[in-house]
Amino acid sequence: MSVRTLPLLFLNLGGEMLYILDQRLRAQNIPGDKARKVLNDIISTMFNRKFMEELFKPQELYSKKALRTVYDRLAHASIMRLNQASMDKLYDLMTMAFKYQVLLCPRPRDVLLVTFNHLDAIRGFIQDSPTILQQVDETFRQLTETYGRLSAGEFQMIRQTLLSFFQDLHIRVSIFLKDRVQNSNGRFVLPVSGPVPWGTEVPGLIRMFNRKGEEVRKAEFKHGGNYVAAPKEGSFELYGDRVLKLGTNMYSVNRPVETHMSGASKNLASQTQTSSINQARRVILRSYQHPSYSGPAEERGAGSDHGGV
Amino acid sequence: MFRRERSIPLRGSAAALCNNLSVLQQRNLTHFGVVHGPSAQLLSAAPEGVPLAQRQLHAKEGAGVSSPLITQVHWCVLPYRVLLVLASHRGIQMYESDGSVMVYWHALDSGDASLVQAVFARGIAASGHFICVGAWSGRVLVFDIPAKGPHIVLSEELAGHQTPVTDIATEPAQGQDCVADMVTADDSGLLCVWRSGPEFKLLTQIPGFGVPCPSVQLWQGTIAAGYGDGQVRLYEASTGTLHVQINAHARAVCALDLAPDVGKLLSAAEDTFVHIWKLSRSPESGYIEVEHCHGECVPDTQVCGARFCDPSGSSFAVTGYDLAEILRFSSM
Repeated sequence: MSVRTLPLLFLNLGGEMLYILDQRLRAQNIPGDKARKVLNDIISTMFNRKFMEELFKPQELYSKKALRTVYDRLAHASIMRLNQASMDKLYDLMTMAFKYQVLLCPRPRDVLLVTFNHLDAIRGFIQDSPTILQQVDETFRQLTETYGRLSAGEFQMIRQTLLSFFQDLHIRVSIFLKDRVQNSNGRFVLPVSGPVPWGTEVPGLIRMFNRKGEEVRKAEFKHGGNYVAAPKEGSFELYGDRVLKLGTNMYSVNRPVETHMSGASKNLASQTQTSSINQARRVILRSYQHPSYSGPAEERGAGSDHGGV
Repeated sequence: MFRRERSIPLRGSAAALCNNLSVLQQRNLTHFGVVHGPSAQLLSAAPEGVPLAQRQLHAKEGAGVSSPLITQVHWCVLPYRVLLVLASHRGIQMYESDGSVMVYWHALDSGDASLVQAVFARGIAASGHFICVGAWSGRVLVFDIPAKGPHIVLSEELAGHQTPVTDIATEPAQGQDCVADMVTADDSGLLCVWRSGPEFKLLTQIPGFGVPCPSVQLWQGTIAAGYGDGQVRLYEASTGTLHVQINAHARAVCALDLAPDVGKLLSAAEDTFVHIWKLSRSPESGYIEVEHCHGECVPDTQVCGARFCDPSGSSFAVTGYDLAEILRFSSM
C-alpha cells in the first residue's frame, strides 16, 4: 500500500473533527472567546511543526487503534473535555465523513482538493494568531511539495490505501441519512449524474479510426447515467477556488443539527485552567492522563446509529 | 436484457483493487476468487449459484511488521494444468487450482525501491507454459511451469515498463501473421506488446500520457484497454494503431473481460456501471469495430471486479468495494 497516505488521513479526519467541535461549541452557546481558544489550541497542536515533520515521513498507516488515540489526545489539547461516549461518536462521525469524501472523489487526485478544503476552513477558524496561521500555511507548502507532482497511478494507490482503511465501516450517521447521501443499510449513495471528473469525457460516444488516424465512423450508445461535462478544474494553489464541495463544512451555521455535549459544556464554563502550546504538544507526544468528565452521557439510541453530532 | 441471479455470499468484503475477481469455469462448476485485503477467498458454486466449497488464502509473511496485502488473485490455465496465482506486497504464491497446496513462492526483491515506493506484484496471466506476473518496478517476471510438480523456475525478467505494472493479457498465438500474443499495461497507461517464446520479444509500445491503464485484454490481434479516465480503447496489436475510442465510463475503468468465442467484451468501472460490447471485424476494411450491447447499473456500488461466467458471454459476475457478496447476472 502507499506509504504517503498518513498525512492525508490525519489532516482530513482532523478537519472533520474541528467542524464538529465548532458546531458543538456554537450549539452549546459557549462564550465566543472560550470557543475560539479551544479551537486555536487544538489547531495549533494538530499543526505542530515537529509532529507534521514526523507525519510526512514515508510510512504505513497507523493501526485503527493507534490513530484513534491520536485524536483522543488531540481533542483534549484544550480546556474542553469529552466523555468516552462523546469521543466515540465524534470519531465515528469523522471517519464516516472522510470515507464518504474519499469514495465520492471524482478523480483520485481530488483527495488533495478535499484536504485543501479542510485547510481553507481551518484557516477561517483561527482567530488572532498569526503564528498558528503560519503553521497551517507551512503544512500547505508541505502538502504541495509531497503530493504536487505525484502521478495519477500513485494517487490511485493512495485512494486504495484509504479505502482499505475504511473497509467494512458502515455506521449510520443521521445527517447523512437525512441528506440522503447514505442508505439505511449504511452504504453511501453513489450518484450517476452530475459533472464528470476533470479530464473525463461524458460517456456515450464511440469513435472509429482508420490506419491513418482519420475518424471513419461515429456512434452513440446509451450509457445509463445522466452526466454533464466538468465546468473547470479545482485549484491546487495556496489560495483558490477548489470547485469540489467535498471536504467543506457540512455543519454550517444555518443547519439545525442536534448536538450531544451538554456534559462537556458545563465543564468548559466552570474551568479556568489555561493550556499553553507547549503543554498541548506534550499531550500528543507522550502519554498524558487527565481527569475525564464523568457527568451524564446522553445516549441516543443503541447500536451503531447516531442521533446527532 | 439481463436479470439478477442469486448472489453468492463472501466471508469478507471485496477490497478496492482493480481486476478483483477471477473466474474459472470447470465442467459444471464455477470457481470465484476475490481479494479481501490480507486474505483472498476462493469459492465454488453450482450452476444456479449455490455455494459449495470455500477456502481462504493468506499472503505469505516475510520481512516486515504488518500483514501483507494481496493485490490480485488469478487462475492461470496452462496446457496441462491450472494454477492459482496470488500476488501480494511480499511476493508471488502459486497454488494448485483449488488452493489446497502451495507449489511455489517467489519473494520480491525490494533492493532497488526507494523509501517512498511500495513494493508489490500485480498483473497475472498465463502464456503457453509460462506464467507472467508484473511488479512495482515495471518488470514482468516470466515463470516456466512444468506439466506437473513444483519445479517452477523464473526464466526471464522483461523490461519495458518504468512504472508499476497493472495488468497482463494473453491469447494463444493466432498463426504465422499474428505474432503478438501478450500485452502488458502500467500505471502511466503505457502498453507493451510482446511475442512469447523461450525468450519474450518486445514488439511495440503504445504510450499512455499519464492516465493509468488498470485493465487490458487481447482478442484476435486487437488490444482492448480500459483507462483511469473512463475510456476504453481498441488498438491493433501488431502496429499499435488506435482504431476505436469509447467514452465508456464516467469514472476509472477497473476491470475488462472477454468471451473470446463470441468476441464479447465486458467493461466495469467505479461509476457503478458494467457494459457489454460486441467486437467484430469490418468485412471491407478489416478494421476492428465495436457495438454496444448492454449496460447494467449496480446501484451504489464501486465495482472492482467483473468477469463473464460462461464462454458465450451470456452471464457475468461482479464484485464491489465493501460488498460481501458476488453479484451475478444472466441474460434472459
